[in-house]
Amino acid sequence: MTQATVSVSVPSRGSVLAVFQKYGVYFAIVLLLAYNLVATPNFFAIDNFRTQFVQVVPVLIVALGMALVIGTEGIDLSVGAVMALAAAVIPLYVGYGLVPTLLIAILVGAVIGALNGSMVAFIGVQPIVATLAVMVAGRGLALLIANEQLKSVTNPQILALGRDSVLGVPYSVLIAAVLVGAVAILVNRTTFGKQLIAIGGSRRAAELAGLPVKRILLLVYVLAAALAAVAGVIGTARLGASVPSTLGNLIELSAITAVVVGGTPLSGGQVKVLGTLAGALLLQFISATLIKHNVPDAYSQVAQAIIILVAVYIQRGKARVK
Amino acid sequence: MTTTFEPAAGPATDSQVGRERLASLLQSYGAAIVLVILLIVGSIAFPTFATGSNFSNILTQSSFLLIVGAGMTFVILTGGIDLSVGSVFALGGVLAAYGSSFGLLGALLFPLVVCGAIGALQGFLIAHAGMAPFIVTLAGLLGVRGLVLATTDGGSATPLITDPVVVALGQGQVLGIHWPVLIAIVVIVLGSVLLARTRGGQSVYAVGGSESASTLMGLPVARVKFTVYVLSGLCAGLAGALNAAYSSSGVPTVGVGLELNAISAVVIGGTLLVGGRGNLVGTVAGVLLLSVIQNLINQVGSLSSSVQAVVSGAFLAIVVIIQTVLSRTQRL
Repeated sequence: MTQATVSVSVPSRGSVLAVFQKYGVYFAIVLLLAYNLVATPNFFAIDNFRTQFVQVVPVLIVALGMALVIGTEGIDLSVGAVMALAAAVIPLYVGYGLVPTLLIAILVGAVIGALNGSMVAFIGVQPIVATLAVMVAGRGLALLIANEQLKSVTNPQILALGRDSVLGVPYSVLIAAVLVGAVAILVNRTTFGKQLIAIGGSRRAAELAGLPVKRILLLVYVLAAALAAVAGVIGTARLGASVPSTLGNLIELSAITAVVVGGTPLSGGQVKVLGTLAGALLLQFISATLIKHNVPDAYSQVAQAIIILVAVYIQRGKARVK
Repeated sequence: MTTTFEPAAGPATDSQVGRERLASLLQSYGAAIVLVILLIVGSIAFPTFATGSNFSNILTQSSFLLIVGAGMTFVILTGGIDLSVGSVFALGGVLAAYGSSFGLLGALLFPLVVCGAIGALQGFLIAHAGMAPFIVTLAGLLGVRGLVLATTDGGSATPLITDPVVVALGQGQVLGIHWPVLIAIVVIVLGSVLLARTRGGQSVYAVGGSESASTLMGLPVARVKFTVYVLSGLCAGLAGALNAAYSSSGVPTVGVGLELNAISAVVIGGTLLVGGRGNLVGTVAGVLLLSVIQNLINQVGSLSSSVQAVVSGAFLAIVVIIQTVLSRTQRL
């Protein structure tokens, strides 16, 4: 299990229920897949799974960063705007090749993350308002940079990032897998990970224990924004165009949902990386299932809302302990 | 809350007390002060700004957000948040349009009952099932927008309002002031009285200040939390209905992102997101400030929408930074 917790003891209410609480999101995925095996023709085709995984990549990468932020009892609403900013700078630097473009986009993300992090860590602004302001201004800035225009991206390397595969696995999925592993190691195997969880558990205690709270918080927001920038590059590569007006719109909500459905409480102090992966996949499979059964968008949204509530309700025993 | 202790300082000097009182005043009335400054600057800079028709326009544009913001203030005062108001606003408008075929009563009752029920459902999940407000109302944002689409053929149908009485509710004027503005004023006054003068209002502050202390004092914490989400649902539904009457149609796509505007206005108005402190006067100032900034940006004329976004985002950041700094200098 890739999860780190701060001494959370689940009150014993029967071991079956406890197990269900702990692994609820995985059960939900298995149930959904079992349903599709029976009821949806071709759902288990390799091509379909490849499509599902490719589609989940941007939300998943954004959700990884979001999980870190939420672990510190924060929230980052600006991730969608960061994706748009990353998309907006791509056409400006695409001439220098893939790696420089990618680096510039990540740098832009990191700068925005540093802005969020400074407001939260050093000035003490509440994360939701600080990142809301950056979300509004960031999207505007992205549109300014792009001259409010959509630009097609023709660089073959960048297009390959969105479209090509190695041994049948798309590059974007590979990158996401590496990032999941990296963030899991960061959270579970490094001092930094333990420190960020400690801050989420109790900022005051972390300060008294002499942790560099402000520096850690700053770094967490920088990481979240850098990950969002990577998602922005991949999203742009997939579209074959820089679309700062719509790329990443409302992705903050999907990412937060994936994190929470995956078992990371909004009250901080825990980060579940595999859970976040499972949460993102569950949301993706739900919408794919509803689409394949021609459920109108309206009911699909209602169904998603209900599933989120049920998933969080089942897990609430854990979150309340804190 | 950050409390700063100065162990060896002894009794506070007059100048310290004065400074703290000033900081406290600035935090509570900072938005109002900035608003006055902007009004003065705007009047000098733009001849078309300080006109009766422009002010009337600003007020009418603000009235819907004022009503939504009033409900949001109650929720945030308890330390909660309501992300569903934008979707509930749209649902209120669509239902008002459908209900208008039964006259004024239908146009108001239909949205109020349904939106109040949605608020009650969310309030139940938050207050009694112990779920996080952010998640419950996030699901509300998603689910209620789904309901809006479901009742409008996937968003392609726009029910029209033909009943002249209902249209007059949105477009009619008394002494040059649109009805939605008057209703918003009534909502704000009622809400302020409720908050300041009643036991329930004081409980709202107490729950936001410290939930565990409120429980120990024997306050009905769950009932208070439940009630504020019902109020927020009612306010969002009412604002949506009035907006529909104003535009004589229930447009299913309105209200996207409205929750963020409402939260910004409440926070700019000096209400703390952690709950327990703030008031509706601040929210009024916050809403008017957002509208006046928008109006001033429009007065400049040549600014593109992306520049407008950058300006309003930067402005929001500056306001919350100033407020955070001010609230930290106080001894609470």
